Amino acid sequence: MMDRKPDDMSDDDFVRLAQKFIEAMPHALALQMKVESLGDGRSVISMPWAEHLVGDPRTGVIHGGVVSALMDTSCGAAVMAHGIRPRSTATIDLRIDYMRAATPRQRITARAECYHMTRSVAFVRAVALDEDSDNPVASATGAFTVER
Amino acid sequence: MNRNEPLDQIKQRRDSALKALMAAVPYMNWLNIQFDRRGDELTAVLPFDRKLIGNQMLPAIHGGVTAAFLEMTAIIELSWTALWEDLESGRIAPDVAVPDSLPRLPKTIDFTVDYLRSGLPRDAYARARVVRSGRRYASVHVEAWQDNRTKLMAQATGHFLMRQN
Repeated sequence: MMDRKPDDMSDDDFVRLAQKFIEAMPHALALQMKVESLGDGRSVISMPWAEHLVGDPRTGVIHGGVVSALMDTSCGAAVMAHGIRPRSTATIDLRIDYMRAATPRQRITARAECYHMTRSVAFVRAVALDEDSDNPVASATGAFTVER
Repeated sequence: MNRNEPLDQIKQRRDSALKALMAAVPYMNWLNIQFDRRGDELTAVLPFDRKLIGNQMLPAIHGGVTAAFLEMTAIIELSWTALWEDLESGRIAPDVAVPDSLPRLPKTIDFTVDYLRSGLPRDAYARARVVRSGRRYASVHVEAWQDNRTKLMAQATGHFLMRQN
């Protein structure tokens, strides 16, 4: 998914490199994902609302599957940003709890944190937020493979 | 059931209801998800497209796309199962041209995806099974595969809130 961070690279450069990798992912590019910050087993990735991503035209609410894609990407990025510097990662499982509808026309931001790392598995949790960042739209927990 | 109802009328009614369900979701059209119907059995088809790729090196379908595909399949199967009786008895006739005739889709409460194999750059298929459907809550299991039905790409279980129409 993403290459390891070279030892002599600054965090800003790493964010730029990560953004390039995200843009090389056709689906992440299609959803216009943007890396806001990355490092120390954490990632923040956001994306804009768009008409074609709507799940219910009567309300304009974005589809849950889109939120899944954003959270999955953000969780994978958090694994890659962990201090052990994994070579690559893949999702083993991901559970998403949908707490409320995301407000139409607002950006959605996913914050992910790799909270535990074993030899071959990374445990990650994430929240998805719109502009009302005190009330998460969704939360996720997942297990990811780790290639050292 | 009217045994002598003309076959083309039966097919037209079922296909038009299915089309109405799908038309209700712009994101599903963007992903180009199709449904193959045999009687009441639905198979979802996700035609491969470059924009579905997550990992370019392998290449592999994005895990989020797989999740969305499974979730969509579960939601459509659940709505389809729920409206089948009313549809067949003629109590409802969902029609794309009449927005108010479209049933509101169930809301996802939670959705857990098991990623079993990486998604290959080719078409994917999925079938969902309503494990339990009560008046308010439903539990649905869904499986997706590509070349071989027995070699699953992913499976998922989700809980849904039924809409009171």
